[in-house]
Amino acid sequence: MPLLLIGGMTLALAIPRFNLFNNYVQMLLMYVGINIILATSLNLVNGYMGEFSLAHAGFMAVGAYTSALLTMHVLPPETHAALFPLAVLAGGAVTSLLGLAVAVPSFKVRGDYLAIITLAFLMIVKSALENIDAIGGPRGIPGIPRLTSVPWVFAWTVALVWLIRNFVYSRYGRGVQAIREDEIASDLMSVDTRRVKILAFMLSSFCAGIAGALFAHLLQFISPRVFDVVKTTEVLIMVYLGGIASIGGSILGAATYTLLLEILRPSTVASLLSWLPPGLFDPLNKYVISHLGVLRMIIMPLLLVLVMIFWPRGIMGKREFRMFIPSRDRKAHRPDSSVGGMSNHGVADSP
Amino acid sequence: MKTRLALLLHVPALAATLAAAGCGDRARDDDTLRIGAIVEMTGEMPAVGASSRNAAELAVGVLNAAGGITVAGKVYKVELLVEDNAAKPDQSAAAANKLITQDNVLAIVGPNASLGAIPASEIAEASQTLLITPWSTNPKTTLDNRTGLPKKYVFRACFTDPFQGQVLARFIMEKLGAKTAGVLYDVASEAPKSQAELFRTTFEELGGSVVAFETYTTGDRDFSAQLTKIKSVNPDVVFLPAYYNDVGLIAQQARRQGIDQPLVGSDAWSSPELIKLSEGAVEGAYFANHYAADIATPTAKKFIGAYQEKYGNPPDDVAALTYDSFGLLFEALRSASAPERQAVRDAMATVSGYTGVTGEIRFSPGSGDPVKSAVIMQVKGDRFTWVMNAAP
Amino acid sequence: MNPQTAYWLQQALNALQLGSIYALIALGYSMVYGTLSMINFAHGDVFMVGAFLCFLAGTALGLPFVPTLLLAMCGAALLGVAIERLAYKPLRNAPRVSAIITALGVGLFLENLMLAFYPYPQNVPRLLENVTWHLGGVSISSLQVVIIGLSLALMLVLDHVVHRTPVGMAMRAISWDKSYVPLMGISVNLIISITFAIGAGLAGAAGTMYGLAYPVIDPYMGVLIGWKAFIAAVVGGIGNIRGAMIGAFILGGVEIMVVALLPSTYRDLVVFSLLLALIIVRPHGILGQPRVQKV
Repeated sequence: MPLLLIGGMTLALAIPRFNLFNNYVQMLLMYVGINIILATSLNLVNGYMGEFSLAHAGFMAVGAYTSALLTMHVLPPETHAALFPLAVLAGGAVTSLLGLAVAVPSFKVRGDYLAIITLAFLMIVKSALENIDAIGGPRGIPGIPRLTSVPWVFAWTVALVWLIRNFVYSRYGRGVQAIREDEIASDLMSVDTRRVKILAFMLSSFCAGIAGALFAHLLQFISPRVFDVVKTTEVLIMVYLGGIASIGGSILGAATYTLLLEILRPSTVASLLSWLPPGLFDPLNKYVISHLGVLRMIIMPLLLVLVMIFWPRGIMGKREFRMFIPSRDRKAHRPDSSVGGMSNHGVADSP
Repeated sequence: MKTRLALLLHVPALAATLAAAGCGDRARDDDTLRIGAIVEMTGEMPAVGASSRNAAELAVGVLNAAGGITVAGKVYKVELLVEDNAAKPDQSAAAANKLITQDNVLAIVGPNASLGAIPASEIAEASQTLLITPWSTNPKTTLDNRTGLPKKYVFRACFTDPFQGQVLARFIMEKLGAKTAGVLYDVASEAPKSQAELFRTTFEELGGSVVAFETYTTGDRDFSAQLTKIKSVNPDVVFLPAYYNDVGLIAQQARRQGIDQPLVGSDAWSSPELIKLSEGAVEGAYFANHYAADIATPTAKKFIGAYQEKYGNPPDDVAALTYDSFGLLFEALRSASAPERQAVRDAMATVSGYTGVTGEIRFSPGSGDPVKSAVIMQVKGDRFTWVMNAAP
Repeated sequence: MNPQTAYWLQQALNALQLGSIYALIALGYSMVYGTLSMINFAHGDVFMVGAFLCFLAGTALGLPFVPTLLLAMCGAALLGVAIERLAYKPLRNAPRVSAIITALGVGLFLENLMLAFYPYPQNVPRLLENVTWHLGGVSISSLQVVIIGLSLALMLVLDHVVHRTPVGMAMRAISWDKSYVPLMGISVNLIISITFAIGAGLAGAAGTMYGLAYPVIDPYMGVLIGWKAFIAAVVGGIGNIRGAMIGAFILGGVEIMVVALLPSTYRDLVVFSLLLALIIVRPHGILGQPRVQKV
């Protein structure tokens, strides 16, 4: 595992330095990383804890705005490169306060009503940002410095996934899953549900805030409109597609969704198929590729529905990659039912 | 189990495909120059995107049919790459990024609406790539956000909102004799908001008074509450700097509520779709525009004829301005020292006295904003008719 | 009538109109949730399809108001049943969240399918003669009267069906406990299909009336309205028909009043803050009952 990480970090540093891939692919890699952070952190609340939180885009927004305002108005430009992690952390920290606020209603309310509350939080954040003219109001903040880079995204992704994974396999993590299975019973079994919920929401929002900060310094433009229900829906899709309560699943779901959406662009498909002889390529171009912009938005949801029907638990179900499970939990697991590095361990498979 | 494993492999497969698409491009012809266009094909204002794209394809088509363009002694054909920004700021930024870094375009034309033009212009400026926006009138598009100085790589083919606000305010005061105005605008969109504010400033400087300054958000459909408020203060005119898709609804609801005062709009009205979506509610209304078909110069007539022949309907101002943007770009290319981004940009800055479809376009040194006149149009039946010119 | 009163009466009328439309959509959410415990996120898009059906009937087929309304309602009902059969039925025993994601997917699919056919916003033709009466400073349009009246009529019919007919009784039985219903000789599938059909039909009616009131329609019109109607259903107590109606009128009222009193940018902020407060104070909505949870 550590070797893999060192290898990955070296690669991450090498890519921009030596321009191993063109800028567009690098940008894509960074988006994948950001989405991984978003999916894993949402999975913590929606998957492991079994809630239905719709507030994630709101957390992202707070992190994005906080960090952007810091780099643009507070920090002097010369210090940007060095103090960037500070700005990102600050974004995450402020967001975790919001996470705390969201956790409070969850003490009394569950299920669909909590969904509404989280949706309300999201709308309130969005609306509040729209109404504060000093930070751009509805028109947002353009011209954010491009501080996000492949090594930074790699570092943050690894760090946060590691954090979430440790949380999941800790005492609190078990509490989180106990809440999902049966909240009242776990309360009776001395799980401090309040504390667990606070921690889970704060960690989840902290990560989302960091993802938002990285996002802001990658796109170089943010506005309240970017962080709406559609954004939350995208993260939801990544989580449920990959498989709830599975870190590996979130990583897969995030990667798949981001890559698939990009591949289905007309220009990409065109260059992919460009080696075909013109006799084949031209009619294909005329009827399929040029309409791909619209077609892909029809195909994607259809694919999603089909995946959900045939694999209702997502790609990974509730399984987990072996490498994520700490060794002490692995020992309790039966060897004959694990295949190729995956195990069923750690999560009871209940409907 | 095997299926699960196979399923997992799809991620690296996707990644490999994408990388392949990124590296193995269509054999790059050394004899073609690539120009990118970002237009609003999907989203709230598809008519704008369609117009712009049509004009872009026409411009490039005409050039290539005439044999191409000569840059620094060599003849090239032009390849046009069109990206959709869905009239959204983040997609504009992404499209700009893609065109500049993956497709390696020489320059970008578009986006049209300010909400997309501003983010894209930031990306272009940072990547030192020339960007010309045909239709974005917001001053911020060509101004650097942090320093307040003009951007070096961003130009536009149209007039700016401060000028437009003055034109409209003067028109309302002098020609319509109005002393009070009610305003309804989309606070979530760059262009309408700054147009509304600039209008108010200018109108009040001229001695008028804005008695209602109501807002709505993009996507709103019901304006009954705001219109009721406007009606209750009884202004002389109602100023509606909205995009064409909103105007239809607002105008219909206004008339239904009994608001009979003249309606005045900005250049955002200019799509022919406006009339279709208003069911007569905008009959007789006025708005500012970039060019008028009924007073067309010979250059304009030629363009209008070619456009009409190829696409079946007359071009609107977005099309005209896009055509002119390409015209400007080609002019710059011809005088550029090399087919490279910096050279093209430098050539653009020195373009003077270019006469396009929308009139004479000239850039003052150091500014990406041209000095141009506006026209006032009126909706009559199923067409827009010219009312008067307004020079700076 | 003094201008102040007239002004507020006018706004009240606006609120009634908005609330009626929200109510028709919210009912669909409540009914489906009641029987299947599932949030049908594609519902807002069924509403959108209803509006487009109205547009088609009015332009391509040139039908007058009543046949258009019926066509839109039937079309929407068929769509609702189709969605249920094809997308939701296979997932009835799957984790609830899969059904939710599927619903979101179906919604996206509908939006983009319509977008492929109608990339431009369309104008719905005027199928109802719009007469405006001015009573003491208040403008009442006949369109408003039709919308409010028709919605109320449909709601009354629905209320009657749910509370006083065997079909309605079956629907309520299913929402209480699905497993016992087949023992009573009632086909659960049939009742569920009927539920979806009615809910979607109401959404189709809402789409028609919305299309006539706000004639510029586009494929994304159902998204925000769908979410708002969903919130209205929850405010009233999700699963509860009468609650959905109450919640919808409250939402309509608050929206209009906020815009009347404050700059409209504050609208969403205030509406959602009030909503938050309401749910915190009364977590199960106004008429909702907390479900007893056995350990």
